[in-house]
Amino acid sequence: MSTLRSRFVAVGATAIAASLVLAGCAASDEETTAGSTTDTGDATVAGCEAYAAYAGNEGAEVEIYTTIIDPEASLFIESFAEFEECTGITINWNGTQEFEAQIAVRVEGGTAPDLAIFPQPGLLASFPDSLVPADAALTASVDANYSPDWKNYGTVDGTFFAAPLGANVKSFVWYSPKTFADNGWAIPTTWDELLALSDTIAAEGNVQPWCVGIESGGATGWAATDWMEDLMLRFQDGETYDAWVDGSLPFNDPKVAEVIAEAGKIIKNPDYVGNVQAIATTSFSAGGAGVVDGSCAMHRQASFLGGILVGDYGATIVTPEDTDVESGITTFYFPGVSADNKPALGGGEFVGRFTDSAAAAAVQLYLTTPEWNNAKAALGGWFSANKGLDTANVADPVNKVAVEILQNATLFRFDGSDVMPAAVGAGTFWTEMTAWVAEDKSDQAVLDAIYASWPY
Amino acid sequence: MMQFAIFAARKTPWDIIGENFTLLASALLAFAAVIVLLFLIAGRTNVKAQEWLKYLVFLVPALLLLLVGLIYPTIRTIILSFMDAKSENFVGFDNYVWAFTIPEIVVVLRNTAVWVFLVPFLSTAIGLSIAYMTDRMKRPTVIKSLIFMPMAISFVGAGVIWRFVYNFEPNENRADIGLLSAIVKFFGGTPPNWLLESPGNTYLLIAVMVWIQTGFAMVVLSAAMKNVPDEIVEAAMLDGATPIKRFFRVTIPMIRATLVVVLTTIIIGTLKVFDIVRTMTGGNFQTNVIANEMYSQAFRQMNYGTGSALAIILFVAIIPVIAYNVRQLRLERTER
Repeated sequence: MSTLRSRFVAVGATAIAASLVLAGCAASDEETTAGSTTDTGDATVAGCEAYAAYAGNEGAEVEIYTTIIDPEASLFIESFAEFEECTGITINWNGTQEFEAQIAVRVEGGTAPDLAIFPQPGLLASFPDSLVPADAALTASVDANYSPDWKNYGTVDGTFFAAPLGANVKSFVWYSPKTFADNGWAIPTTWDELLALSDTIAAEGNVQPWCVGIESGGATGWAATDWMEDLMLRFQDGETYDAWVDGSLPFNDPKVAEVIAEAGKIIKNPDYVGNVQAIATTSFSAGGAGVVDGSCAMHRQASFLGGILVGDYGATIVTPEDTDVESGITTFYFPGVSADNKPALGGGEFVGRFTDSAAAAAVQLYLTTPEWNNAKAALGGWFSANKGLDTANVADPVNKVAVEILQNATLFRFDGSDVMPAAVGAGTFWTEMTAWVAEDKSDQAVLDAIYASWPY
Repeated sequence: MMQFAIFAARKTPWDIIGENFTLLASALLAFAAVIVLLFLIAGRTNVKAQEWLKYLVFLVPALLLLLVGLIYPTIRTIILSFMDAKSENFVGFDNYVWAFTIPEIVVVLRNTAVWVFLVPFLSTAIGLSIAYMTDRMKRPTVIKSLIFMPMAISFVGAGVIWRFVYNFEPNENRADIGLLSAIVKFFGGTPPNWLLESPGNTYLLIAVMVWIQTGFAMVVLSAAMKNVPDEIVEAAMLDGATPIKRFFRVTIPMIRATLVVVLTTIIIGTLKVFDIVRTMTGGNFQTNVIANEMYSQAFRQMNYGTGSALAIILFVAIIPVIAYNVRQLRLERTER
């Protein structure tokens, strides 16, 4: 693996160097790059053996339409360099923040892009008539490299269309390895161990076991919905979760009541979180800051929190082994009910194809290969759920944990509140969870109010 | 080929600046071309046609903007308010029935009423007293500038500032940055979680709006007071009127028209209050108001029906205030 990786880096570097040279003197021809990179078209050239499967598309152009813009876009373009070089396919990256509004316009207007990266499966499901179903090669590659849950999210009405791309994970507990080591606490691996650890920390009395904050301006409450979703996956099964999200399981069902009661064991326990009501006025980032300054031990939040804590609160992201770094923070997996129950909550992107061209199919297929996923991850700041992704290529300690969570996940589901009808997912689910802590509204009253607002 | 693809995909900041300047230059050129064209046409027509051209040039742009920016959206919002969430089917008065029956919305309407009553009354009263007190002062500028300064701060900015003032720190191990909490602690009290506890939190938000609007009321009323003729004031003094009597019997009647304008302007501004609530509590903890709920319904929950219905309720509530305002302005004009 390491030789493969170094070759990638080497070729990538020369490709970039070559592009700079070409940019510098536009008149130069391919002789400039001869020896390091290759002529397109010729059967096999050194370093291009791996791309034989995608041959036969020289000169083709493939447009990728996406929400991903710079600085992330540059890393994607960089990761395609060798593929473009060897196959002769030119990938045109077209990133815009207007993607979600414009994709429907383009599809209806007959100018659909070759490939589109959908940031959420719900949008993908709007185009089953325009998308090209996955061919045998793509299906085989996705079956081999991704868990069935991921394939399901790219499937609309039984037809598999879109291949998974990047991923993100929410099932994290942030903690300070130094605080844990100094106090001799062990990382819990089950929900009961987590509660037992919280009891221990509370009994010792030096540190508050949990910091919880759900304030987020107009979106206050979303952080609490993540707790519900994560615990829904732990105390119920995937089918129940799906039924809950699509509304076929009533929101005030006893199964949901069981989950909110479990969430309340931490969130509404003053021994764990201090002032329960103040959770509603503590911002989700200020909650995490307690882990940095050592005033609390644990904070459940998605991976993006790391950037905020580093930027605003002087934290350093460390590995779990770095137990002597002041303000060093990292994550452990938000545990399941038992050690072998390992569901994961998160999200991801999906690549759908609109044109029936071999070149576009080749690119779509290439993006599912472990080779590309490793090359992309090695460029930093990115990971996917690809089973072939080697954690050695993921430099960031938190992303490394995320990849491990994804690869060990017994169950993977998207953030449910994003998929629920907006009246609930961006409305009452937030406001009622806020009232749950702020006004000490009862579990049942909260669930009944959300149920009443569901647009059946 | 591939190298060029990479290069083309990356724009340097200079490329973007260049593009924008080209765009700006061409827009200015187009504008100049239209003006030149108008002058050319005007120069070639007779006097009567010129008269018409004058009306056309001055009125058409304004009328077009009104049509696009006001009349069309109003009609469309009215239509949407009678349709369902996705604006596909007509649902009659369902959205309005919803607006007046759901308990959460009743809280919203009640809060809006409290806002509309308190903010104009307090801002005008405080602004008026400061204006009166500084009216005969030698150097009122410093005080007036300080009072007027919040007017220059956006509502969102004010919301953020006051959130720090009202900050509540639950964790005793961490530093408390809330000014109000610090004051309470200084006097030996235990601060509550200011923004959480209803109904006090609504009054704390109202205080922010009053803080902003007082400067406006003060400046306008102070200017009006300067216009009260000295002769009348002196006559009242000679007749033996006490300062309090002079204030209520002379000053207030003399600036009545301005007072009405100030009050109605602040009422309209308050009915639309959105930014302060949204930045400070997000409408949680029983502090929601119509404009915030309208935004939340229409653009976050994607229910254009209920969102539009709330917009229309707000619109209808503002109409009498505006009508009164316009009538007062007309009366004042005929008096002069």
